[in-house]
Amino acid sequence: MSNITSEQIDLYNRYIRRKRWILFVTFILMIFFALFAMSVGSIRLSFLDILKTLAGQGDQLSNTTIWQIRLPRVLAAILVGAALSSAGAVMQCVLRNPLASASTLGVSQGAAFGAALGIVVFGGGVVNSANATSAITINNPYIVTLCAFVFGSVSTLIVIIISRFKRNIGPAGLVLVGVALSSLFGGGSTLLQYFTDDTKLGAIVFWTFGNLGSANYKELIVMFIALSLTIVYFMLNRWNYNAMESGADTAKSLGVNTRSIMLVSMTFCSLLSAIAVSFVGIISFVGLVAPHIMRRLVGNDYRYLLPSSALAGSLLLILADTFGRSIVAPVILPIGALTAFLGAPMFLFLLFKGGENNYSGK
Amino acid sequence: MSTNVLEDVSFTIEPGQCLAVLGNNGVGKSTLLKCINRICSIQAGSIYIDGKDAYKMKNKILAQNVAYVSQKSENSNMTVFDTILLGRKPYIDWDITAEDRQIVSDLIDQMGLNEYTLRDVSTLSGGEAQIVMLARALAQQPKVLLLDEPTSNLDLRNQHEVLKIIRNLAETNEICVALVIHDLNLAIQYCDRFLLLKDANVYSNGGIETITSESIGSVYGIEVEIIEHKNKKLIISNNY
Repeated sequence: MSNITSEQIDLYNRYIRRKRWILFVTFILMIFFALFAMSVGSIRLSFLDILKTLAGQGDQLSNTTIWQIRLPRVLAAILVGAALSSAGAVMQCVLRNPLASASTLGVSQGAAFGAALGIVVFGGGVVNSANATSAITINNPYIVTLCAFVFGSVSTLIVIIISRFKRNIGPAGLVLVGVALSSLFGGGSTLLQYFTDDTKLGAIVFWTFGNLGSANYKELIVMFIALSLTIVYFMLNRWNYNAMESGADTAKSLGVNTRSIMLVSMTFCSLLSAIAVSFVGIISFVGLVAPHIMRRLVGNDYRYLLPSSALAGSLLLILADTFGRSIVAPVILPIGALTAFLGAPMFLFLLFKGGENNYSGK
Repeated sequence: MSTNVLEDVSFTIEPGQCLAVLGNNGVGKSTLLKCINRICSIQAGSIYIDGKDAYKMKNKILAQNVAYVSQKSENSNMTVFDTILLGRKPYIDWDITAEDRQIVSDLIDQMGLNEYTLRDVSTLSGGEAQIVMLARALAQQPKVLLLDEPTSNLDLRNQHEVLKIIRNLAETNEICVALVIHDLNLAIQYCDRFLLLKDANVYSNGGIETITSESIGSVYGIEVEIIEHKNKKLIISNNY
């Protein structure tokens, strides 16, 4: 019996080691493509040049290119990708909805409206033509983020209320709520654009495309702190999420306070989405696609799904942004459009598979 | 306007006993089970587990004492090992320990699930999946095991298989088992106490002697005949 027993444990340990390897490989790929992304552009730099520059040994041209332009852009891709994807994975779990993500539930659009309101009414976005890669700057990022968070949370709250009081709404039904909210906030944003002046209009429109180049170091630090705190909270609750995968009743019977976990998790998710949206604009579908790819590879175990989704989100955004910068260079394609091309087919696939209410789409 | 699902319900279960909760659909059998481990909450009264008030226990402590298997388990696409490991959730502080892995592994062995260790639970048959859910509940090392219709989706062989396991577990591990079941013949074969619910109240509560054609007739609203076969009661419906 003990032999059989230790065989079971060995088998399971091997299975866990495989998940750790996937996590490690995703991390290495993310680092590799981050360096690759810093090497491509009008000024080509070798990996050695990049490493030297990062170590403080670069020449002036490399220093300017890396520290001023490419590093903040790559860091923005890493942080925003990780934020949207980990938020997507958690939303899919706590709402028991495989189609959930910040963009499909209208949270991003709510945040976008809030941010636009912040730009027009409180802070003001200006076109900064001196620096091509950071064409749009937001004068007062905190008020814009706050407004984005407030309106992102309005969407979140409506989604939570509807999912609680209309339990038979189903995954696709909840996404229809997201569609309604997106239209509502989209309409609000259009009205703001209609009544604002040309400069601010340009700012809002350009910014709603999603642009990783608009983030500066100050914003990246805010994003890093928010992301770190949220990931710590998510990881502390990884066993609760695992339990919630088996349904609310089972989770409760395992000692999980499902209501408070859902409310706090969704608040963190809207905070992350709001910060992402207010700093780099709307980037759709990453929060949907990255967790689903990783569910296929590491399963629904949140011990591994959360970190691997975050890494996969970063990797996806780095790839999409690098592709967008290099395919028709020197024109930079808006990253929001590229992620939508990637995400929409996946979304439709999940929608068709939705009848089975199955996360991995099997 | 709200109505009370259950009123004036009072009963005890001793360790090693198997209590069948019986009654018509909608009478509140599942709700009763859910009230015991606070999935639903009671408006008045109290529930004691091993002398301690269940409604004053921390979630984690309650889950270490009471395990529950719901009527329909949601498809979580997890492996058998991971699903049973979830039963250790009330004991996990930061991460699982070697002891947790050992308990899960022993349960896999005990329940005859060895060849399915890394199989996705959703790919198993109804009977096998039900045994996995039982194993998950047992990983909680509970004093009380609540089972909501554990045999409802199983074929005849698996119904007996699962109930035999439950019966043995109750006796060997000194667990109090309360199960909701619709098949009265299965109930009288495997359970030793019977709680009959009618109109939100307890109709009768006791041993096999409480199962009579009158009590069943009154609770279910049908005529039945109870015959003895090999010293065991057998319930036959006259409504045909």
